[in-house]
Amino acid sequence: MIPELGHFALILALAVALVQGTLPLLGAARGDIRLMDLGRTAALTQALLVIVAFGALTQAYVTSDFSVANVVANSHSAKPMLYKISGVWGNHEGSMLLWALILALFGAAVALFGAGLPDTLRSRVLAIQALIGVGFLAFLLFTSNPFERVAPAPLDGNGLNPLLQDPGLAFHPPLLYLGYVGFSVTYAFAIAALLEGRVDAAWARWVRPWTLAAWCFLTLGIGLGSWWAYYILGWGGFWFWDPVENASLMPWLAGTALLHSAIVVEKRDALKSWTVLLAILAFSLSLLGTFLVRSGVLTSVHAFAQDPARGMFILGFLLFVTGGGLALYAWRAPQLQGGGLFQPISREGALILNNLLLCTLAATVLLGTLYPLFLDLLTGNKVSVGPPFFNATFVPICAPLFAALCVGPYLGWKRAELWPALLRLRVAFIAAVIAAIVAATAIDGRATLAALAFGFGVWLILGSLSEFGQRLVRTGFRLPPRASLGMTIAHAAMGVVVLGAVGTGAWNSELMQTMKPGDRASFHGFDVKLERVESLNGPNYVAERATLLLSAGGKSYTVLQPERRLFTVQRRQVAETAIHTNLLRDLYATLGEGDAGNGWVIRLYYNPLAPWIWLGAALAALGGFVSLSDRRLRIGAPQGGKRARTRPAVQAAE
Amino acid sequence: MTPKRKRLWLVVGSLAVLGFAATLVLTALNDNIVFFYSPTQMAEKQIPPERRFRMGGLVEAGSVKKSADGQETRFRVTDTNKTVDVAYRGLLPDLFREGQGVVAEGSLGADGVFVAREILAKHDENYMPPEVAKALKDAGQWRK
Repeated sequence: MIPELGHFALILALAVALVQGTLPLLGAARGDIRLMDLGRTAALTQALLVIVAFGALTQAYVTSDFSVANVVANSHSAKPMLYKISGVWGNHEGSMLLWALILALFGAAVALFGAGLPDTLRSRVLAIQALIGVGFLAFLLFTSNPFERVAPAPLDGNGLNPLLQDPGLAFHPPLLYLGYVGFSVTYAFAIAALLEGRVDAAWARWVRPWTLAAWCFLTLGIGLGSWWAYYILGWGGFWFWDPVENASLMPWLAGTALLHSAIVVEKRDALKSWTVLLAILAFSLSLLGTFLVRSGVLTSVHAFAQDPARGMFILGFLLFVTGGGLALYAWRAPQLQGGGLFQPISREGALILNNLLLCTLAATVLLGTLYPLFLDLLTGNKVSVGPPFFNATFVPICAPLFAALCVGPYLGWKRAELWPALLRLRVAFIAAVIAAIVAATAIDGRATLAALAFGFGVWLILGSLSEFGQRLVRTGFRLPPRASLGMTIAHAAMGVVVLGAVGTGAWNSELMQTMKPGDRASFHGFDVKLERVESLNGPNYVAERATLLLSAGGKSYTVLQPERRLFTVQRRQVAETAIHTNLLRDLYATLGEGDAGNGWVIRLYYNPLAPWIWLGAALAALGGFVSLSDRRLRIGAPQGGKRARTRPAVQAAE
Repeated sequence: MTPKRKRLWLVVGSLAVLGFAATLVLTALNDNIVFFYSPTQMAEKQIPPERRFRMGGLVEAGSVKKSADGQETRFRVTDTNKTVDVAYRGLLPDLFREGQGVVAEGSLGADGVFVAREILAKHDENYMPPEVAKALKDAGQWRK
């Protein structure tokens, strides 16, 4: 009964979305306030209906209702509760429902907090948001219905893929989707602005918080995914340039560019049409990511079950969203009048350089990801483009971006002098050079790219902090606005990520050894002893667990207990790594195959600075949230200055 | 500076960055593309040793053997038409199994054995890598 209720709610939501996507547009064109107001009611109703549908599916999972095909395929009665719930979005149908839910919730948020927006703009934004919703709801209902029944109902389910039964992965998809779908709001704002034929500072003040929020969630989602890959896949890497990872990186890069160009629109009334274009591209890249994951066109560790029908649907939707958006852009963008003039050396100029480089990075990733597809279509050759390609293209383009990143905040709007800015960065520069030289001589023994990258990491941190420090001194130690504080945190966080990536990627070392209980090995000054290997039973798996005693200088240091779990329902093995971290380095152990007669294969990694990668990602998101909490960015908050809208906001988004 | 000259600078600057990126991309594509060959294609083509490429097919049933120290695995990969010996040193992904599809990246050793440096893992056990599906289809053996 309840699954049918969910199914019915989903059908109703589609009907409501169709109304919400058409009538308010008509109302905005005709100036009919009643039709425009319909958008708000419809957005709230649609959100409510999708919540009911999502709740119905969650209920089916929690109570292990095995008459629902989706639950049978992805759940099992013996699964821990956390993974019963995360199983809702651990599969294709459920994750699409989660996507539709977040989309509808964001639409409702615009309806609730958008009282300060002009009526026509708000109704158009809500309509565009609803049209995207129509696409996803139709996709769910026609190709991936999560409420399909199966008769007769089996006694138990097939269980969730063991690799996904992990706390890190339970929260990875929701965060990632909050990011992807967040860009749908900026897309809706961009299309609405094109329909209105007007982009102004008030528009940018709306777009920037949404971009920022989406960016923060996307950053957290990518970071969590990378952390999960690091500790579960068992080979110590954190980024594999896998097509699906690239699919999340592209909207992140475009979103980062959008974040910066929206500042120029807000403060200087310039770069309008470029910002609108970026908003269209950021969401298109999010959709492209979905297409790549769902259609199975690329070989990837993530691939969901392949289904050409689903792939064609999303491809068609992607063409509609991107093509439609770009066509509208080509038609209407020339009407967007550019505002403030500026010199090449200025804050605006620096932000243009930032956008140029970030977009080039996104294009490079796009090309490397899609190239195998093109070559296959054109010549039939199967190729793959792996880490060497990205290391040879992505990394060199990062260098000018990182070099300029610290200089930009020193430049004033409109016109600025480069030399005084550089002079004020001399301490950070000298420290970075020393760091690079020390890294080259002490760690690598020669000048290497890793040492150079290490210098860049130090430059990013110290350059951002020195701007912050000098500003503090100049203002008599008054804390700067939160937007600027957030910028400093996020910029420095990039340096933290770079240092972590260099340490783990270039300076790690590993040891692989076959050991029997009682055997010893020496690794990085530690004496490693395999104490025992024992069997144990988990809730839905049996495992072998090795106990490794690490001691240094005769004193016991730590115990690592890597496991190999055999999930009984799926008959599948998953390695559970053991990691000891002191925030400066990770000691990382995995247990391979083996038995008492021949011993077990033990693999040990020493990963310097590894935790900094995820620490940096978390810091970057924190910077974003700090900036988001700035009063001036608060959605609907009244603005000072001559462009301010005088109408006070009804609600503030807290 | 007149707006016209400024626009010119902007265009020149953008072109310079894009040109730089294009150069990087083209050289990187030349050097770093990894081709996929099925066992049949490997037999047909003369692949020089040390050239890095990917190969894949089904892990032949009963062919998986461990070395004495348990660290090296040898197995045969087949597209049902031709078969290739593969050697891999390291931990196998959790989904590696006889009779299942596999994709390996590495190069040919002097003795004709494919030395894998990486065995690709998959999330889903029902998932058949598209390359392997195509290789099997080309060998005339693929049935859904």
